[in-house]
Amino acid sequence: MTATSAPTNPLHTLLSRITGDAKHAPSAHSTLDVLWVLYDRVLRISPETVDEPDRDRFLLSKGHGPAAYYAVLAAKGFIPEQWLDDLGSWDSPLGHHPDRVLIPGVEVGTGSLGHGLGLAVGTALGLSAQGFDRTRTFVLVGDAELDEGSNHEAIAYAAAVQLPLTVIVIDNQSSTHGWAGGIHTRFPGWSFDGVDGRDHDAIETALRKHEKTPHVVIATVGQK
Amino acid sequence: MREAFVATTTAILDEDPRTALVIADISGDAFATALRDHPDRVFNVGIREQLMAGVGGGLALTGMRPFLHSYAPFLIDRAYEQIKLDLGHQDAGAVLVSIGASFDAAAEGYTHQSPGDVALLDTLGGWTVHVPGHRDEVPGLLRAAARHDDRVYVRLSAQENRRAYANGSVLKRGKTLVVAVGPMLDPVLEATEGLDVTVLYTNTPRPWSIDSDLKNREIVVVEPYLAGTSARETNGRSLHLGVGAAEVRRYGTWRDHAREHGLDPAGLRRSITEFL
Repeated sequence: MTATSAPTNPLHTLLSRITGDAKHAPSAHSTLDVLWVLYDRVLRISPETVDEPDRDRFLLSKGHGPAAYYAVLAAKGFIPEQWLDDLGSWDSPLGHHPDRVLIPGVEVGTGSLGHGLGLAVGTALGLSAQGFDRTRTFVLVGDAELDEGSNHEAIAYAAAVQLPLTVIVIDNQSSTHGWAGGIHTRFPGWSFDGVDGRDHDAIETALRKHEKTPHVVIATVGQK
Repeated sequence: MREAFVATTTAILDEDPRTALVIADISGDAFATALRDHPDRVFNVGIREQLMAGVGGGLALTGMRPFLHSYAPFLIDRAYEQIKLDLGHQDAGAVLVSIGASFDAAAEGYTHQSPGDVALLDTLGGWTVHVPGHRDEVPGLLRAAARHDDRVYVRLSAQENRRAYANGSVLKRGKTLVVAVGPMLDPVLEATEGLDVTVLYTNTPRPWSIDSDLKNREIVVVEPYLAGTSARETNGRSLHLGVGAAEVRRYGTWRDHAREHGLDPAGLRRSITEFL
């Protein structure tokens, strides 16, 4: 059976702890379902293996609005649930953008848009150079984030060298000028899947494809 | 210096499988052997300097030791935010090696000049900056940088002294302290002939390691990049000579630009004598 929304328990409860808002449904978080599928079904990573050199890498490039990310990390035991209660406070390791130095399981600190893809290219190259051929690298970007030109340096190079890298674009139609011809046309030389960003089985299927070459999964969710 | 950099880095890549090199077309021919011998960890990403820095950060996060290289304005000025975030904010390190310096490419114009590179890195934490004054100083600096994971910038130039010196060498002794950074040593020595000064050489201006006894003395700092870059490192009466911030819209050679900025022996002597 196809699940069409994130499980309300525990994520809904965890999200409410972050936002202090029990009214908003998890669907208010554009990245939530993709993040859940990644951590629940796809990534070879656990709280015990966050420092293993051959762990799968997930880089959240779209670092703003990390509530869903923090909720998933808490649900999977990477961080204590109590951390969710005072997000952004002086004593909290959780900021409005994640910092890899402060949070176990977070691979990169992001917030300024357009940095995750370049870091992911370097990560995938470094893993290959060290013979970690089973290790996969994923990076999540937003459709508006693609406005930043730095992404397109990484997209073109990854295609040219056929890097083993999977990019997930969360498309909530927030790019000011849109992407005429479709976002996937900005990824020449990549294989492409378009999925409903709330359909867990479809997301999982797309993320398990094309592990050895550049693959983009465009996960469409409702406009914010 | 560029040849010493290419030869040493190629040897380091042969010897240490943890090292990697990322370039953005510049020096692609010079590194043809390394690109051929180590395709798994020597990368030419094309004319993409932001990516070059991001790739450096990603490589470092997997445990490798990346060297990045381009012309100074492309390596530092253009990719400043990537250097700030993809290296510093990630707590990742790399060895950045530039050529071109302040005005080696005088005839290419301002687009190819980076007098502000060291000042830009000074806005960030944790950078060691080497400004070798002679090609023979380059191999040792690079080999030392390959052995750890910190952030290192090596600023190479076409301008060099007649011979190599050890960091911290004292070339002459007198009253006022004159610190010469990298290739400024020979012009400083010529400019201070017969003057009552101590001349101290450094090829590692960051971290600033001139000891505090000397620091509190009357001091002249002569740097081959933006004048005053090291002003905050001195306490007492001081004179800071270097490249002016105003763009010089002339071509010529680095010697012409050095003269225009008062960094030739005659200009330095004028400024230092007036200060004394």
